[in-house]
Formats: sequence, structure tokens, C-alpha cells
Amino acid sequence: MTNRDAILAKVKNNQPATRPIPADLSTLNTDFDKIAAFTNVLTTIGGAVIRVANFDEIKDYLLKEHQDKKRIISTLPELQEITELNWQHNDPHSYENVDLAIIKAHFGVAENAALWITEELMEQRVIPFICQQLAVVVNKADILPTMHDAYSRIGNAEYGFGAFIAGPSKTADIEQSLVLGAHGPKGMTVFILG
Amino acid sequence: MSKGTKDHAQLSDVFNADEARVNWHDETLWFVRAKRDKAAHNLPEWEMLRETASQIKDNVLSNLHDYLVQFESMAQENGIKVHWASNGEEHNQIVHSILKDSGVDRIVKSKSMLTEECHLNDYLQHNGIEVIDTDLGERIVQLANEPPSHIVLPCIHKKKEEIGDLFHEHLGTPEGMADPVFLTAAAREHLREKFITRKAAITGVNFAVAETGEFVVCTNEGNADMGAHLADVHIACMGIEKLVPERKHLSVFLRLLARSATGQPITTYSSHFKRPRKGQTMHIILVDNGRTTQLGRPDFRNSLKCIRCGACMNTCPVYRRSGGHSYHTAIAGPIGSILAPNLDMKEYADLPFASTLCGSCTNVCPVKINIHEQLYKWRQVIVKEGYADPKKAMAMKAMEFTLSKPAVYKTAGKAGRWVLKHIPFAVNNKLNLWYNHREMPAVPKQSFGEWYKENVKHD
Amino acid sequence: MTVGLFIPCYIDQFYPNAATATLSLLKKLGVDVVYPTKQTCCGQPMANSGFEHLTQGCNNLFIENFAEFDYIVSPSGSCVLHLKDHLHAESSENEAQAIGIRKKIYELTEFLTDVLKVENLTASFPHKVGMHQSCHGQRGLMLAQMTELVAPAYSKPMHLLNMVQGLEIITLNRPDECCGFGGTFCVAEEAVSAKMGKDRVADHVHNGAEYITAADMSCLMHMEGILRRQKSNVKVIHIAEILNAQEF
Repeated sequence: MTNRDAILAKVKNNQPATRPIPADLSTLNTDFDKIAAFTNVLTTIGGAVIRVANFDEIKDYLLKEHQDKKRIISTLPELQEITELNWQHNDPHSYENVDLAIIKAHFGVAENAALWITEELMEQRVIPFICQQLAVVVNKADILPTMHDAYSRIGNAEYGFGAFIAGPSKTADIEQSLVLGAHGPKGMTVFILG
Repeated sequence: MSKGTKDHAQLSDVFNADEARVNWHDETLWFVRAKRDKAAHNLPEWEMLRETASQIKDNVLSNLHDYLVQFESMAQENGIKVHWASNGEEHNQIVHSILKDSGVDRIVKSKSMLTEECHLNDYLQHNGIEVIDTDLGERIVQLANEPPSHIVLPCIHKKKEEIGDLFHEHLGTPEGMADPVFLTAAAREHLREKFITRKAAITGVNFAVAETGEFVVCTNEGNADMGAHLADVHIACMGIEKLVPERKHLSVFLRLLARSATGQPITTYSSHFKRPRKGQTMHIILVDNGRTTQLGRPDFRNSLKCIRCGACMNTCPVYRRSGGHSYHTAIAGPIGSILAPNLDMKEYADLPFASTLCGSCTNVCPVKINIHEQLYKWRQVIVKEGYADPKKAMAMKAMEFTLSKPAVYKTAGKAGRWVLKHIPFAVNNKLNLWYNHREMPAVPKQSFGEWYKENVKHD
Repeated sequence: MTVGLFIPCYIDQFYPNAATATLSLLKKLGVDVVYPTKQTCCGQPMANSGFEHLTQGCNNLFIENFAEFDYIVSPSGSCVLHLKDHLHAESSENEAQAIGIRKKIYELTEFLTDVLKVENLTASFPHKVGMHQSCHGQRGLMLAQMTELVAPAYSKPMHLLNMVQGLEIITLNRPDECCGFGGTFCVAEEAVSAKMGKDRVADHVHNGAEYITAADMSCLMHMEGILRRQKSNVKVIHIAEILNAQEF
């Protein structure tokens, strides 16, 4: 008998009688200001929210606030004129010196300021993790109340890799002192569009 | 880690030699518990979430065979190689053979309690493979040549000055520099070089979805992602109990995990790995290592519901005052004390007794494991299996003899003499340990029974 | 209604005042109380040490002493919880008696609030008092809401203390942390137990308690041992003694 079969046989023999899957939970209260809640949470976890009406405002903001950044990349065609072109198809290690990456999220979650971003929005999986600063664009209408709504939205969508990202990389491993920028981005800006 | 000759009580005795440090450790973890409380109290539906998570896990354990088969087939369909390991040794061999086949002898690893449980680092190092732990806390204890003392906060027992000294020695930071921001920046630079140069990455698994074959890894630092997305080979190690039935069930667990662990609404990164990226190979190792045995113990099987949040450690008044290393096992605290005896009842016979059975662990547990009741039950099992101190067994028999016979009790107990000798000092009555820090109760002129006989009229 | 009074062994031997206060309080509230004189112990010291299999003698004795009563009341949450969870008859035909006892045994304060539904007391105790929530009473018998849970606040002992004239309840930094007694834990894990006791006492002392009270004498015995070693003026007192007090 292979390991697999031996383990499965023992599981089958030892598992208790079937217990049902409980009913799905839904969001208890959807009647609150999602944008305000999202903004409040993201701010407390070290990120920043910028409300913008259109991509020009994003460009203006980036040019003003990130003019010191040498290497800026984006997956958004709307931002091509201020970001590096044709960066997408290199070895992932080559993005080690990216100062700022601007990507799009499918949606955000008000209760925890997490943004759902799948591989096709990253171009390269490592991008949102390796850059020094991360900026994410999300539509105002796409801020959902809780994680229950988030997974309803995801449904059985196909992806190779996807992540909820909430704020900059952080650690509190040294005496519970919160430090931003453990390995990944030291800062995170979310542009809420619309 | 083996306790050698010292048990939890003796190791705690050592830990308590420095009272100021115990206070600091207690306060630091209490702060985490307080953050957890705040996060939980922000959600009116908190108890409903716990109940639902508990029921989902009940369902998982009761259908584990089918879920494992389903997960394996979906993962394979997604292009992931699935391996099965009956125990820690087999797990380590599988990891080693994957690395050997890939021609890799230096790897990065993000936090995985399972690999701690299997002592993977030691095994790989003995086989000539360098392992760099990339979680900051784990890297710190690795540099100190110590095991983690907490599953979520691996170096919570270390002061920043000690970490500064370690970094000075190993990473060349200035002597005496102990600022957490500075030290974290130094570690970032040190570990970035490792991420960029290592070809294989090991991660743990927080949740795996039977329905889709994907698995989720949660970190705050982003180290699992840095490792996995830069490496040619990604090996994910998971215990067979980590499954959830469907993707949507992740919502319940992701709402609970970080709030319970640190009071955050969610970890910074909750990464869903479904397929290897182009050109990458991805492996999952499904590990038993005693889990199927625990599944067969009706009183203890629901310890397998654990999602490794560490809330029971932060709330445990004993853990906070004895430190993680006093549990001499990879998973410390209340949950470790009900998991470890399953693996080695003799070695860990002391752990179920390292508790006052106060029950706080059970109340904070996001999947409602009845931890303190299981501690009580393990005590019964350990005694029955013959792992109790024979002196204690004799004392208990003497106690039983007296207490089950009113006449003997009355004579023995006159003016508290018998009780003073036997309760609560019946066990380990070497030097009457009560008296080290506590006065004995004063003995009254008469017992209540004697008073009642004299003063209350009877029909 | 006849109530059987269960006085746990260590209260009988060391704290008869807590027992007489319980008896007197129940009588004052018009309850017909009987103290079966052949009682000893609930068996918890053995059971919590892993020797539950040695407790059948205690169980038999308890059933013999208490099966006949309408209610059983005890001034110890811990012993009551043990009996509720672990009292079994030796033979299955008597198990109904054990189950009956498990259902009709009450810790003193819950008996006052839930069965007698006491809404006022004629007690007076003009002191600053710290309420220690003993774990087995609180988390086991649910005498009070637990800080870990997201649920409405309540406290049966506090409800009663609020009826006592002149009494001021102090606020603790950690309202429901364990005192570290834990039965044989107090000697088997001496270092941690003593440290827990010291920390618990310090919380009460720093917040201005003159007395520490609880619905469990064992925790108070532990904290008293520490207070007396520290030569503190702070005293421990069982909640029955406060609810029965006539101090002006």
C-alpha cells in the first residue's frame, strides 16, 4: 500500500459520522458608508486612500507625490504615459528595483481594507510584493461590505493566483512594535475612482 | 525540541527566576489579547462566526477522506504535484528529494508550524541544504539557534536589545542598536538578497480548498509571496486537516484568523495559490504525522480544527508566565498541550497539567475547540496509561481513602490537621511548595461540621 | 422546598465562617436548609489530577447524602461545576439519581438570583471590595459574562453585591484573569501559580480594594496566602459573608 492509500484508509476508518455543512453566512449589516469604513481601516493599518474622479487626477497625484521614484511600472494602460513600457515579460527577479507599481484591483472590502487582485491584474505575480511602494486603483462602486460579499463576488472565477492585499507589508515581531515594510512595499496608496 | 530532563514546571521555574522579565512577557502578550478582544467586539456577529467555523471544521473532519481525494485530484488538474507523508521523517525525505532533483542546495522558507513539528530545518541542514527562515521572527530565533516560542510571534520572548546583539553579530548592524525600525530595515536588506538568489521556496498552508485544489497562505510581511513568486520550485507543506470544503468558506476563516491572532481585521496578504506560474513547479506535501490517530480519538479529534491563530496562548495566564519554550514542543500553550500527547504521551505527559483549567483558551478559540476540557481528559488518559508520578498516585489513593469515608474524614480532619497535610499539598509534598510564596491558611478552632453539631438543633 | 447544604472539605476545615454565613443567609431568606453531616468532598482534587477513576467512593457518598433534596446549594462554584460535569452513579440503575443531582445543584449566588430570585438584601458592608471572578464559577457555571465572548454583560454575584449597603466595587485592570490556584496546580506548578496569585492580588491592591471577595473560597485561600505573606492589610472574604454582613 502506498503512503497515500495508507493515510486515506486510516482517515476513512477514524473519521466520525458525517456532520452537515452549516448554512452560508451573509453580511449582517450592509447599511453603512463602505468608503468611509474602507478608508478608516486602511489608514489604521498604514495605508492611504486618495479619492479621485478620473485617471488624470491619479497621474497628477503620482507626478507630484512620487517624482523621486526612478522606476515606476503599471499594468494600467491609462497610466502608460507616466510609467515604464514593455516591462511585463522579464524574469521576476528583475523587478527588484521597482520603486512604485500601480495596479488595479477587482474590488475592495470595507471591513478590512483588503483588495482582491488576481494574476492577470498583476502581469507578474511578484509585482505587488517586490515593489518598494504599491498603489492600487479600485472603482468606488467596487467596495463591498465584508468577506462574505467578497467571496460571493469571486464565485467560481478562474485564476492561477490571487491575493487579498490589505495595506503595506508589515511586522511586529520585535517586541510588538509595528514596522512597515518588512519585505514588501513600505507604503500602500489606494485610489478610489469615481 | 526535547525537554531533556526538565518538565514544564521546572522550565517555568527557570523562566520565573527573572520576575521583571515575566512581567514584561505577560504584559506584551496581554496587549495582543486586548487587541484581539477589541477586534472581536467590533463584530456583533463574532460568536456566530465562531460557531459557523466550528461547524465547517466538524464537517471537514467527518468527510476528510473524500475532501482529501477531491483536493488531490483538483490540485493535480491545476498542475500541482501532490505528495503524501505518513510522518515527519517521510515529509522531510520528500522535501529533500524534490530539492535534490531540482539541484538546489539553498532555500528560503516562510513560516510553517508543520515543518517545525517535523524538524525539517535540522534534517535539511544535516543533508547539506541551507535553509533561511524568512519570517522576521523566525529568522531571529534561527540566528539565536532557538526554536520559536509562539506560533504567530516566534520571538516574542526576546527583548529588542537581545535582537540587536544577534543582528550585530550576524548581520553587522552597529553594536548596541536596538531600534525595531532600524533592525527590521536591516533584516529586509539581508533577506532580500536571499529571496533574489534562492531557487526554491517552502511555504506553509493556512487553508486548502477541496472544491478547487487551491491553497491559501497568510502573512503580514509578504515573505511567503516573495519566496514563492521568485523561486523556480515552490513546496507547500500542509497537515491533512487544513482543508475547507469550498472556496466561499474561506470568508469565515479569513474573518476570524487575524482578528483572533493579532487583532488585525485581516493579514496583509492572503494569497490564493491555484496553479504554478509559467515555468515554475509547485508541490504540495500532505502530512499525517499523528493526525489520523488523533482523528480516531473521539475526545480529542476536534483539536484538529485548530487554525493556528495563537489566541489560546495569548490569553493563557500560564503561557504568559512560563514562556513558549517551557512547553518543549513546536506548538506551545494550551493547544500544544492537547496536541503533543497524541504524538508522544510519555514525553509530553506534563503538558496537560500545565494549566489551571481556567477555560479562557476555549472562549477565545475561533473554531471553538473545548481546549480546557481536553486538558482534563488528557490528564485521565495519561494517568490511566501509567505516565503519572507513582508518588502522586499513592497520595491520591490515600486522599480517596479518607474522603470516601465520613468517619475517617471526621477523625483525620479534626481541626484541619489532615487537610493541612493533604489538600492542596497532597502532591509533590517534598518541601511543601505552597509555602515558598504563600502563608498557610490559619486553622480555626473548630470545623463547620463540628460547629454545626454543637449549634444546630436536629430533628 | 428543602435545600441540602454542601460545604466542601476545605471550607469545612479552614473557612467555617463562610459556611455559617451561607447557612445563616439561606435561613434568613426563609429557606429550609439541612446539612447532611456525613458529607466530605466532591472528588475534584483527585479528578483534576487525572485520577477521576478514584472518585467513585466520593460520588457514592455524595449521592447518598444529597439525592433526597429539592435543591443542593454550595458556596463553591468550582466544586459545583465538578459535580455538574462529572458526578456519576456506580451502577446504571442509580444514574438517574446522579443526573438529578447534577440538575438541582447550585452555587450559592446563582441559587439566590435564579431560584430565589432575590431582589433585595438587608446587608450592609461599607468597604471597597474587589470582586474576583473565579474561573469555574464564571466560565463553567456562567455566573458572569466572560470578557472573551461578544455577548451582553451580566454578573450574578455583582447583582447581589449591588444590593449591599455601603459597598463600593472597585474596577480591575483584568476583570476575569485566573488567580493561579488550580487545585494541585498550586504546588505542581508552584512558580507559575504563585506568580499568577501575586499578579491577581496586585490588581486588587492597586485599585484600592480593602477586601477581595469571590464565590469560591479556594481562590481566596490562594490570594490570602499571598496577601498574608506580603503582610498586606487587604483581606479576603467569601461573598456569603458580605451578603450576610451587618456592618455599619
